[in-house]
Amino acid sequence: FYIGVFFLPHLCFTVSLYLTLSLSLGPAVCMTNCPTLIVMVGLPARGKTYISKKLTRYLNWIGVPTKEFNVGQYRRECLKIYKNFEFFRPDNEEGLKIRRQCALSALNDVRQYLCMEGGQVAVFDATNTTRERRDTITRFAEQNGFKVFFVESVCEDPDVIAENIVQVKLGSPDYIDCNTEEAVADFMKRIKCYENSYQPLDEGLDRELSYIKIMDVGRRYLVNRVLDHIQSRIVYYLMNIHITPRSIYLCRHGESDLNVRGRIGGDSGLTSRGKEYAKSLGHFIQEQNIKDLKVWTSQMKRTIQTAEALAVPYEQWKALNEIDAGVCEEMMYEEIQEHFPLEFALRDQDKYRYRYPKGESYEDLVQRLEPVIMELERQENVLVICHQAVMRCLLAYFLDKSAEELPYLKCPLHTVLKLTPVAYGCKVESIFLNVEAVNTHRDKPENVDISRPTEEALLTVPAHQ
Amino acid sequence: MSSEQNELTQTPLLKIWVPWVHSTLSRRRGSSVPQFTNSPTVIVMVGLPARGKTYISKKLARYLNWIGVNTPNMTLFPLIGVLFRNCASNALTDIGAYFTKEQGQVAVFDATNTTRERRGLILSFAKEKGYKVFFVESVCDDPDIIEQNIMQVKLSSPDYENCDKEEALEDFLKRIECYKMTYVPLDEEKDRHLSYIKIFNVGSRYLVNRVQDHIQSRIVYYLMNIHVTPRSIYLSRHGESDLNLLGRIGGDSGLSTRGQMYASALAAFVQSQSIRDLKVWTSHMKRTIQTAEALGVPYEQWKALNEIDAGMCEEMTYEEIQGHHPEEFALRDQDKYRYRYPKGESYEDMVHRLEPVIMELERQENVLVICHQAVMRCLLAYFLDKSADELPYLRCPLHTVLKLTPVAYGCKVESIFLNVQAVNTHREKPPNVDINRKTEDALQTVPEHV
Repeated sequence: FYIGVFFLPHLCFTVSLYLTLSLSLGPAVCMTNCPTLIVMVGLPARGKTYISKKLTRYLNWIGVPTKEFNVGQYRRECLKIYKNFEFFRPDNEEGLKIRRQCALSALNDVRQYLCMEGGQVAVFDATNTTRERRDTITRFAEQNGFKVFFVESVCEDPDVIAENIVQVKLGSPDYIDCNTEEAVADFMKRIKCYENSYQPLDEGLDRELSYIKIMDVGRRYLVNRVLDHIQSRIVYYLMNIHITPRSIYLCRHGESDLNVRGRIGGDSGLTSRGKEYAKSLGHFIQEQNIKDLKVWTSQMKRTIQTAEALAVPYEQWKALNEIDAGVCEEMMYEEIQEHFPLEFALRDQDKYRYRYPKGESYEDLVQRLEPVIMELERQENVLVICHQAVMRCLLAYFLDKSAEELPYLKCPLHTVLKLTPVAYGCKVESIFLNVEAVNTHRDKPENVDISRPTEEALLTVPAHQ
Repeated sequence: MSSEQNELTQTPLLKIWVPWVHSTLSRRRGSSVPQFTNSPTVIVMVGLPARGKTYISKKLARYLNWIGVNTPNMTLFPLIGVLFRNCASNALTDIGAYFTKEQGQVAVFDATNTTRERRGLILSFAKEKGYKVFFVESVCDDPDIIEQNIMQVKLSSPDYENCDKEEALEDFLKRIECYKMTYVPLDEEKDRHLSYIKIFNVGSRYLVNRVQDHIQSRIVYYLMNIHVTPRSIYLSRHGESDLNLLGRIGGDSGLSTRGQMYASALAAFVQSQSIRDLKVWTSHMKRTIQTAEALGVPYEQWKALNEIDAGMCEEMTYEEIQGHHPEEFALRDQDKYRYRYPKGESYEDMVHRLEPVIMELERQENVLVICHQAVMRCLLAYFLDKSADELPYLRCPLHTVLKLTPVAYGCKVESIFLNVQAVNTHREKPPNVDINRKTEDALQTVPEHV
């Protein structure tokens, strides 16, 4: 299916752009031939939506177009006003009818997304607690040529369930006019409505299905019949995530010599302001009093110099090295425009996929950073001292930014971003450590045409020496 | 805080930045990826005979060694009764010695370990020493798989040297019956505090309990991706390139005339092999893609399969490298595996780059990988369990396909030269690797070129 790319000698720079069309997963589209439908299973407050959203975010970040479909949303559209748990009573005919309609409506949208909108994976987020409902979905998938993978979350720990309710249910539109106690009481009754008819995935009866059963928030997993690469990656990811509270600190190295001269890449050391920042970072870390903080750097001098000032152990990752600008390494934007105006324009046209000649693209970076993300998921408190493009990629993962937004995320020098997972997303605190630094952020200029005049190409280049 | 704190120097071989003043607080990482193994880990195999324990142990040890986690394999041939206890404790003492003296990180303890008592012994030993324990249990009730297993690996064991096949099979099945009587599988309830993976019927189902750390997570991922379906992996380099002819390394040149001929020969070869559902993979470099194009079949490009980045030495001849960077050239000969080109990569870096390729190769069935010399050496070292010292000197000549077929506990290799002449690009390690060596000594083993 994937036809090769032809090398045309005089266009070999342009061709490098075409080559980047292979997706971050390595081989291109062939890895997921037919679309995959992931079906969540579990009682309310078992983390299904948390898992759906996180998984969707991860898959999109690594380049697999994924969308989640939350049946609860559909129900809210339909019902407009939620009164109380009685709607979910198993003997509420009207309620059952509406809920079934919502599920079918969501499945319809799934079909639209996977068949007509170029989606690769759809995550169907609902309780799906009866075998009957799951059979309906399996038939639907078969009819449409989708592979099905079930993700069941089983948990009986009352503390975990209570925490869940506090974190995400109380703020739901369903409970907007309730006080905490009322909301919790109602939600517990809601759960009860499902309990009697809950048929968990069964080792015997469901042995032909592909699924992962997650027990007690990841203490134990049962994995059955993983069919292909994408399912294997999903299983690996789900087995590495956790919900222990922690924070991830992202920052760049201190200001470097090449930074002040407006040059990209290279392996220079810190300026005196950069060294001051390193010291401030040391103090900042001390003040934060972080439990068991791990510190990671790249293998480039400037991040290591920064970490050295913290006087704590740190780990070096080659994968955290800055994007390789190939033939443009250590050039100023003005020089790139002068020597490679075509390249410079192409980059502005598609900054995410553009690959520097003999260098890398943001898309390549994401693939390179995937093991870092996986380890960040496993870890607890971590400070990552890295580089502008790298930090943009990591930030895009945590904040669910698209490929279009990613290369333009603002990651200024001497500013720490503290990310704390909360509810379904991530709280971001931006802390500028009060040491001045040069600006290295170049916005997308208005004119990205390859025949644009030099002034228009250089319009958004930040000031430098 | 003194300003010296921020002065760094780059180590000449690994190109790692380290402080001038040795700081006891910082740990030096030699490789491109942090290892994340604090306490050593003992992997304990569990299961009746002929359940694939040794197959899994050897494969797992091979994988871990390749990615840079030092892992010896401790195989215990099952003996009964008192001997058992002695052997077990000997093996455990060996493990202890290995972890302390040789700084091993993971040891695989391959025995049946089918009783709770035996496993208890191992757990106490590990607890006392501060080692982590991870159990890998293989459960199989499919009689066909078991018989296959016995035929493939047991009958050729020293135990059955002078027996006829039928007798041997029967004897082995009786042996299994002996174990069955005392076999206590890992129990979901009673063993809920242990860290383990239970593999059912060669991978159709897995139960994973309490994964403690990074290495255990990697082990689980690996075990969940391997399979035993018969298949072959074909490794080959691109056809001879223009830069090959000139004796220049790296770059992104096209095929020479002979290289084109090889591509056609490769196409004919692949046809003749009648391979079922063959997948073809290339790198992103022109020469592998040109080679694949001649096959007339779909292929997938992996950036991870690109040749080693020689950084500042890209497109140079060895003579030029010796001329401009004699010290670098010598350092490379001193430790070719860990040596990193300035602004480039090392073989060690490449292994980490190639790990997702290996993982996908494990998942796949018949695959032809068209790649490059250094890349092919890394992949070959994985399949043939070659050490880091041997890896950079493995012979991967142009125009030669290596067909790898898993058999028993290892890999059968067939080398097929496709009868199109090509330049030799293999440079042996010269006798003199001293930084001050003479130019003639440095260039002694450089292969001929235009």
